[in-house]
Amino acid sequence: MYVTIDGIEKSFLNERKEQVQVLDHIDISMEKGSFVSIVGPSGCGKSTLLYMIAGLEKADKGSIRIAGNEVKKPGPDRVVVFQEAGLFPWLTVLENVKYGLLLKKMPKQEAEAKAIDMLKMVHLSNYIHSYPHQLSGGMKQRVSIARALVMEPDILLMDEPFSALDEQTRMVLHKELIDIWKKTKVTIFFVTHNIREAVLLSEKVIVFGTRPGKVKEVIPVPTSTDGVLPDSVTLHTEQRILAILEEEIEKVLKEEMGDDYSFKTNHLHRNDSGDMGSHI
Amino acid sequence: MIAVIWEVTSRLSVLPDFMFPRLTQVLETLFNGLVNGQIVAAIGKSMSRLLIGFAIAIVLGVIMGYLIWRYKLVEDTLGFLVTALQSIPSIVWFPLAIIWFGLNDFAILFIVTIGATWTMTVSATSGFRNVPTLYQRVAKTFGSTGLHFIRTVIMPASVPQLLSGLRIAWAFSWRALMAGELLGSGGGLGQLLETGRSLGQMDLVISVMIIIAVIGTIMDNVVFMRLERSVQKKWGLA
Ligand SMILES: Nc1ncnc2c1ncn2[C@@H]1O[C@H](COP(=O)(O)OP(=O)(O)OP(=O)(O)O)[C@@H](O)[C@H]1O
Ligand SMILES: [Mg+2]
Repeated sequence: MYVTIDGIEKSFLNERKEQVQVLDHIDISMEKGSFVSIVGPSGCGKSTLLYMIAGLEKADKGSIRIAGNEVKKPGPDRVVVFQEAGLFPWLTVLENVKYGLLLKKMPKQEAEAKAIDMLKMVHLSNYIHSYPHQLSGGMKQRVSIARALVMEPDILLMDEPFSALDEQTRMVLHKELIDIWKKTKVTIFFVTHNIREAVLLSEKVIVFGTRPGKVKEVIPVPTSTDGVLPDSVTLHTEQRILAILEEEIEKVLKEEMGDDYSFKTNHLHRNDSGDMGSHI
Repeated sequence: MIAVIWEVTSRLSVLPDFMFPRLTQVLETLFNGLVNGQIVAAIGKSMSRLLIGFAIAIVLGVIMGYLIWRYKLVEDTLGFLVTALQSIPSIVWFPLAIIWFGLNDFAILFIVTIGATWTMTVSATSGFRNVPTLYQRVAKTFGSTGLHFIRTVIMPASVPQLLSGLRIAWAFSWRALMAGELLGSGGGLGQLLETGRSLGQMDLVISVMIIIAVIGTIMDNVVFMRLERSVQKKWGLA
């Protein structure tokens, strides 16, 4: 296996200085070039796990290996796309995209050419000299994706990269991401709240349970040769994931609101617009 | 308008000229002082002290701010001390400075520096502390560490706070400088004020006050405001 996450455990101290376990014995493996999504209730430790793969957080127990090497610190082979674009406001779009390349000691001209190419790919070539505040949210997120992809990372870690965007922009970026993935065959680890998004994009969906966070179920997404699945198949997969998540959400709500709360399952049922469970 | 009132009241006033000079007289002194170099020399003297002291204060402040931000131990010790020291008006250091350095340039330089250092330290600390975690994480995943990390993320991300720190620090050292020169020796605008007083030349005193006000305003409204505004514009904060 290319990525092996083996027995990861993690606790944080809460405000009362008590140990709260966030991740409990996580085992996940990913093949090279695969696209894996993680869905799960808020606070179940998805971001924490992603940061660990990135090397930004340390596990209490267990190990993460990539191509056999243990992850110890952040590195440009694993780049993160965060929920907020996180562009540096003091740099222009082009300078933001070049940042990582120059860090890799790439010659200036080569870095510039690559960055411009990548910005073309996300259709932002007219904005290379703008500052981040002059862009819309969707454009910023595209720059942030370009900034990550230009590094030609082995692994792309995405933490709810599209959740702050409107539906149209999200759909456009979904398509762009899939194109890029097919073209570059980068391994993608994708955290989302949106079940539909997970099923649409990835080959495998990992459903997380919570308190502490653990892998509840791994659900393969059926693929078809032309990349377009019949609606009924996606729908079925979505519903399966939703059913698992409902249990978890009920658990959380019960804990938070007391035992007298009974979760109404029809709250989350597919509505007419077909936007099912997009926000857990 | 103010000019007219001043001119008229001073002409009508019963006070003698050396206590309440006419505007025209002040302007004449101001002009002469600028032409014959007396005031210009004093400005030069004051500004050079100020720039040296201010520069030292900025460097010290940023370094201490960095240490306080970076190391818990320094935060608990130095950080605490700085907050206490910050509340001491810098002229209060003057007696100590005279004992340490004598009544000379160093003593003045010392209080100019010390006046600005603590505020700069406090601003730098809070600037560094407020660098969004997101920026730090982004830089780290690209492989930025050590000096590169400080230079390309921590410093630029705290520029807005550092700038407002600079502005306050400037105000502190400017005031400290005037107080120090008034009490101390070795030329400068403050000294010229003192000279004017002892010679009973109110017109000179007021001329110098005008110069002080002009320099203060220029620095505050032109230099710092511009700097802050250009940063705000670039960042899209305004
Ligand atoms: N640095 C930290 N210090 C203390 N607690 C933390 C820290 N980081 C995360 N936590 C806690 O760990 C838990 C998991 O956080 P995490 O951000 O990984 O959740 P998540 O699954 O990404 O949630 P969401 O879907 O809302 O983004 C939360 O309860 C959070 O309060
Ligand atoms: Mg998260």
